[in-house]
Amino acid sequence: MNKSYVYILIMAGVSFLIRALPLTLFQKQIKSRFLQSFLYYVPYVTLAVMTFPAILHATQSPVSGALALFAGILAAWFGADLFKTAVVCCGVVFLVEWFL
Amino acid sequence: MNKTYSFQHNTSIFRKGIKDGIPIGLGYLAVSFSLGIAAKNAGLTPFQAFLSSALCNASAGEYAGFTLIAASAAFLEVALVTLIANARYLLMSCAMSQRIDPDMPFFHRIFLGFYITDELFGIAIARPGYLNPYYTYGAVLIAAPCWAFGTALGAIAGNLLPLRLVSAFSVALYGMFLAVFIPPARKSKVVCGLIVVCFFASYCAAYLPVLSGLSEGIRTILLTVLISAGAAILFPRNTTEEEQTNE
Repeated sequence: MNKSYVYILIMAGVSFLIRALPLTLFQKQIKSRFLQSFLYYVPYVTLAVMTFPAILHATQSPVSGALALFAGILAAWFGADLFKTAVVCCGVVFLVEWFL
Repeated sequence: MNKTYSFQHNTSIFRKGIKDGIPIGLGYLAVSFSLGIAAKNAGLTPFQAFLSSALCNASAGEYAGFTLIAASAAFLEVALVTLIANARYLLMSCAMSQRIDPDMPFFHRIFLGFYITDELFGIAIARPGYLNPYYTYGAVLIAAPCWAFGTALGAIAGNLLPLRLVSAFSVALYGMFLAVFIPPARKSKVVCGLIVVCFFASYCAAYLPVLSGLSEGIRTILLTVLISAGAAILFPRNTTEEEQTNE
């Protein structure tokens, strides 16, 4: 068997277990107030950490990335949903890089 | 058995998922295209690139894996690096487990787990109340094929998309992240302050010596655990408050 398929299966197996185990093992509500609060904050913190400064390096120029970040924050703050916020960010980058 | 979890009762939320899956799919196309190029460089065929993405659904994890495959690394090393690069999904899975209706049939947990990605997790957790698996399935229906076929296309076609378009597409993912954590930041001063702290800490970690030497995946885990634990100690949540912000 091609060695590449073994690699792929290992990657797939680990990726799956790490995601499915907590969801299938923790079937009860966690009682600890600390853990509850911790898990409440985790999603927002992870996404915020992954967004900045990474967005500055995602585009061809850090300027367009920064402007997209700013526009995206404004759009989301004033109630734009996922799709609209994403479109605003893409549009800003496209326009800004057109002129840069 | 359980009527509230039959497909017929969830068609509208399924459609909502499809709609929210479109921007994710577009972002995935751009990102997976470049991932496909990495797969090709690692010596994988377009089909193997497709298979990797269909089974792993992980950008950083797959990228790290492809780099190791290119270096003919040991199997154990591939397993360990995949574990570290994807460790944040462990935290997300824990967080999701607390938002599951006890009456939801068990098999949904398996499928929900299989498709935890940054984006699909983000949009699922942003919805009020218990997680509805059909919302995620709707988004998966669009996003997963985009991810898998985009990777295959990247492996086949290399750099065909104009750079300008790739550049614009690549912020779609971040736009979606913003749409997840900005609305709660507007509602809660604690979350708002937390986001500012996250941006600042993440910026410092990316450029400070020692910390910047760590991989992005490890930095994300470290910062997530430290900042979330700090927030949980300083600003523990009470249940009534939680009900308000979940609406």
